[in-house]
Amino acid sequence: MAEQVAIEEGLFTWPSDDPRLLGSQCQDCGAIIFPMQSGCPRCASDDTKPKELGTRGKLWTWTIQGYPPKSPPYAGDVENFEPFGVGYVEIHDEVKVETRLTTADKDALRIGMEMELKFIPAYIDDDGNEVITFAFSPVNE
Amino acid sequence: MSKPEVAIVGIGIHPFGRTPERTGQEQGVYAVRQALKDAGVEWSDVQFAFGGSQAAGAADTMVSKLGLTGLQFINVANGCATGGSALFSAYNTIASGAFELGLAVGYDKHERGAFRVNTRSSGLGDWYGKQGLALTTQFFGMKINRYMQNHDISHNTLAKVSAKAFRNAEHNPNAWRRQPISEEQILESDMLSYPLTKFMFCSPAEGGVALLLARADQAHKYTDTPVYLNAAVVRSRRWGSFEVMAPWLALEDGDGPTVDTSKAAFEMAGIGPDDIDLAQLQDTEAGAEIMHMAENGFCEHGDQERIIQQGETEIGGRFPVNTDGGCLANGEPVGASGLRQVYENVLQLRGSAGKRQVPNNPKVAYTHVYGAPGISGVTILSK
Repeated sequence: MAEQVAIEEGLFTWPSDDPRLLGSQCQDCGAIIFPMQSGCPRCASDDTKPKELGTRGKLWTWTIQGYPPKSPPYAGDVENFEPFGVGYVEIHDEVKVETRLTTADKDALRIGMEMELKFIPAYIDDDGNEVITFAFSPVNE
Repeated sequence: MSKPEVAIVGIGIHPFGRTPERTGQEQGVYAVRQALKDAGVEWSDVQFAFGGSQAAGAADTMVSKLGLTGLQFINVANGCATGGSALFSAYNTIASGAFELGLAVGYDKHERGAFRVNTRSSGLGDWYGKQGLALTTQFFGMKINRYMQNHDISHNTLAKVSAKAFRNAEHNPNAWRRQPISEEQILESDMLSYPLTKFMFCSPAEGGVALLLARADQAHKYTDTPVYLNAAVVRSRRWGSFEVMAPWLALEDGDGPTVDTSKAAFEMAGIGPDDIDLAQLQDTEAGAEIMHMAENGFCEHGDQERIIQQGETEIGGRFPVNTDGGCLANGEPVGASGLRQVYENVLQLRGSAGKRQVPNNPKVAYTHVYGAPGISGVTILSK
């Protein structure tokens, strides 16, 4: 039976009632990066540990993908392509994460606005599973 | 200015754009033969070569067409800085005294449409491409979107940059897109990655460029119009910079590699931005030219709005930028792109750029490339 699967293991906690993005934090200088990796690009330490990232942040910049990306590598539906938003969200006091946005409406996006983490279907895989990825959405204030 | 050790004594180019009847390598060979003729030397006189292409095969295979002379030929693969890296390597090979005459060559032939990114070879997970983030165009849209808000750059100024590129290219027989396009048409063309439209982006393309370098004190053996290489610098990114193909950015904002490369090049040449008479700056899209004017030290952030609106970057203006039409009108064959900029500056300094010649006898010229995953290359040339 078809089910929901994560786009990549280790990118976020999954399955989970409250999924979080998984970054890593340098144990020497404190720098946080995403996704997890060994080695700190700021201080060159090799002592990093996994860290669950916050779910809120500010929109740092954004654009709208207006044409279908080449496939591969894109796995989404190219035939029925709909533009999608892309941005960097500055997760409070942690790191800026590049992310899909839940809206592609330029009038709904503003640099500096508060954003929150969501999980959205990205595409259907060869086994018929719904592949889930992370995205950020404007917070309804 | 520091005393130059290396000169460019021969230049060759294969027209940019699309040439279905020639492979990328054949376009490179064509450019090399032109450069040899320009310097009045034979292939057998060339002691070493650095060359590269991203999508058209290993450059050292050119020897099977140019001649099996046994020269030292080293392939260079460094993304958008491939040409700049070949030039840097050739520069140092001569400056070190190892050889006296050598070649920097680059060519390419890309498939149509936006660059297809291999996420694994870029050090990224498959998820990044699968969910539609592996597009260089998104980076450029996001960088200029933030820049326009922070520094009050208008959409019309973006359009002016593109319009200038196509207008300059009209007088460049080697350019790809040589039809002037109005600012209105540019603004109304398809929105590819907000705020950038179709005519604000360059396209991957084809072409080849070859440069022959010699010891500065021997340059007059080959040419009456040597152009000296006062600086050739390549740098990669540091913590805090905002780069193409980055799943994350540091919390702190910092300068990009262009700023570091530019400073190092000016230091190497012993001059400053005010001494430069014209520049070829990486214009992957219209916003890049605007941002790179400031990142290379030619103005303060935000001053571009006035400078461009007043026409100062036009060929007849105070500070001409991208006189051959840049990437916007020539397309971007990755291996050749940075060398095209140097080719154009050599023509301008020789005074042989024809209808697009910068007036008043320019003496010092600047080139700048930028590309994935956060690298930059700069040269400073003088006569």
